[in-house]
Amino acid sequence: MKRIIFLVLFSILMLMVLAACGGQALECTDAIGCVEVAPDEPILIASSLVISGPNAPLGLDSQYGVEIAIDFRGDVLGHKVELQPEDDGCSAEGGQASAQKVVSNPQIVALVGTSCSGAGVPASKIISDAGYVMVSPSNTAPSLTDAELHEAGYLRTAHNDKIQGAAMANYVYNDLGIRKAAAVHDGDPYTEGLASVFSESFQELGGEIVAFEAISADATDVIAPLTTIAAAGPPELIYYPVFIPLGSLITKQAQEVDGLDGVILAAADGVQSPDFLTASGDAAEGMYVSGPDLGFGNEIYDKFLGAYKEKYGTDPTAPFHAHAFDATNMVLDAIEKVAQVGDDGTLLIGRQALRDALFATSGMSGITGTLTCDEYGDCADAKIAVSQVQGGAFVPVWP
Amino acid sequence: MAQRFKDIDYIGLFLWLFRAAIIVIVVWGTVAKLFLGQGNAYTTKDWINFLVAGLSQGSIFALIALGYTLVYGVLFMINFAHGEFFMAGTMTATIFVALPLSASGFLDKHPVIGMLAILVVAMVVSVSVALLTERVAYRPLRRAPRLVPLITAIGASFFWQYFFAGLFGSGLIPFPELAVLRGAWMIGGVEFLKTRAVVMIASVIMLIGLYIFIMRTKTGTAIRAVAEDKDIAALMGIDVDRTISITFATGAAMAGVAGILYGLVFRQVNFIMGFVPGIKAFTAAVLGGIGSIPGAAIGGFFLGVFEAIGPPLFLEGLGIPGSHQLKDVIAFTMLVLVLIFRPQGIIGERLAEKKA
Repeated sequence: MKRIIFLVLFSILMLMVLAACGGQALECTDAIGCVEVAPDEPILIASSLVISGPNAPLGLDSQYGVEIAIDFRGDVLGHKVELQPEDDGCSAEGGQASAQKVVSNPQIVALVGTSCSGAGVPASKIISDAGYVMVSPSNTAPSLTDAELHEAGYLRTAHNDKIQGAAMANYVYNDLGIRKAAAVHDGDPYTEGLASVFSESFQELGGEIVAFEAISADATDVIAPLTTIAAAGPPELIYYPVFIPLGSLITKQAQEVDGLDGVILAAADGVQSPDFLTASGDAAEGMYVSGPDLGFGNEIYDKFLGAYKEKYGTDPTAPFHAHAFDATNMVLDAIEKVAQVGDDGTLLIGRQALRDALFATSGMSGITGTLTCDEYGDCADAKIAVSQVQGGAFVPVWP
Repeated sequence: MAQRFKDIDYIGLFLWLFRAAIIVIVVWGTVAKLFLGQGNAYTTKDWINFLVAGLSQGSIFALIALGYTLVYGVLFMINFAHGEFFMAGTMTATIFVALPLSASGFLDKHPVIGMLAILVVAMVVSVSVALLTERVAYRPLRRAPRLVPLITAIGASFFWQYFFAGLFGSGLIPFPELAVLRGAWMIGGVEFLKTRAVVMIASVIMLIGLYIFIMRTKTGTAIRAVAEDKDIAALMGIDVDRTISITFATGAAMAGVAGILYGLVFRQVNFIMGFVPGIKAFTAAVLGGIGSIPGAAIGGFFLGVFEAIGPPLFLEGLGIPGSHQLKDVIAFTMLVLVLIFRPQGIIGERLAEKKA
């Protein structure tokens, strides 16, 4: 049955394409192909964010940012903009599956995603190889925009963790006066990248990293690895930039380990969500969390927050909604710039032209600041803040 | 002599080399760790901590493994939905009993009554889910080829996971901390976390209770009879379908208890929590000898301890960084070794003496 529906839809699509080709003077001259949007059709954009499972608050928050950006924009060149949401599952498999689904639909113009860097690595390869383009609002792993590893169709509006790791190391060394720290990751590119950058920067400042440990993301008992860390130091601070489930396990069990009494806990934007605080309870009190600085203080952000609250009935649940808003606007701006408009309103969007326009983004003013993309796809106007958990809420303490 | 040499085929040779290589790696790592001072310097206290962490995690594996072993013993079927029975009871009891009791302060005033209430609810829900699954998904397939119920079990597993995700949401739910179990007991200069000690004692009691139930009671005898030969058991007047339901219920009740112990130790539950412990418990059941109750228990404890002690002992000895991430490698390498060299498992005994 499904196959029949698919065939019917596919033939209708082909007919439309043929009809469009016959009647129009628009001709695709793009090196890697074009998307043609018929007069009454919407412009189709996909998102791939983590919208199920324990990390859902992180991805849903970004997806709401994308939806609000589309709402605010209204029509683009006389066409509605439609979002096809996918789930990146915060895993390499999820990233791969959602990217495959996106590239199998020739009408999708661009992808906003992924949430997790672990999903971003395979997704960026599939998307780029198929000639599509993606802008991630929340991938922060340094490797994704590394000169050698960067994929041609990949950009991001989230900060590079080279900046976050260094900022956190600075704060910990200079402001907290810590000299001995330990770092923990779960093997995911985001957590490993951030833990590594933190360790390197901390050592450059003159601090000592007593342990650099890895714990698998689906672990349940972290007493053993924490005992190893205690035996190696003990450190004055443990930095564990992991996701919510493992993060709250470490937060709770660290207090129970002999030799880690009074150790300061610190994590990163992967856990910056009310869900993490609920799961960790009192154990999270006093811990530090690094993440993007959300004190944007501009008019669009106030308007954005109002719309968010009104539409979804809650305040933002994670740090990357504004980055998602900016990423979506970046994509829509680029579409407006490169689309050829036919006499009857048909759009022809060249995929290479769209990529070029995105990489050429310069001085775009968004919520998160002034966005300018470099040749490897880093577009963020990165500002890092450190919060402390006080009375069950994240309270900014730096800068 | 020449004839004997010919008899060793390449696969046999490879397996011998494989076994030798594993032994060399383990011994080398251990020696490097203990005598050459590779890696961190652990005190005796640290080793005891590793052991306690392993035993408490292992006791939860052991309780879940019982469900796999019981069902396999009776039906020759790997019930992959068993991890979901574990999750179902725990989540329901956490949301409807543990959190309200904790919020009202009742749990801290009367911890024993409170815990009993939580346990009963968890067991009842786990058992109900198990019986429902058995009736709807497994019983109609009783005479089908073995692969069919296996696939059905995987389907049932997904169904329950997402059923409960839809019911209670997919976020993490905190399990309340018991004030009486906070802190540690000092025994001989070593700290034993109270929760861990309680979990170990509780699971040992459950294991012994189950063993007595299977070996000494009439129902237990019926279960063993059905395991031995369903048709003959039916001829002897045993209601086979009912006995199979009881087997599922017993396994699920153990899973319900395991779930609450899991909640006590790790203090967070969610809809996917049954997956990894389920796989690990299955491994434990196979390690110990699937179909054997003492086997499941020993397999569980073995797996827990190896996962906790293996990384600091021989992986760190080999100079592998971030060794704790590789605990799954140890667990599944053990499984592969057992499957190659002792397919019947460590204990190797089954519920029934004779198998068709």
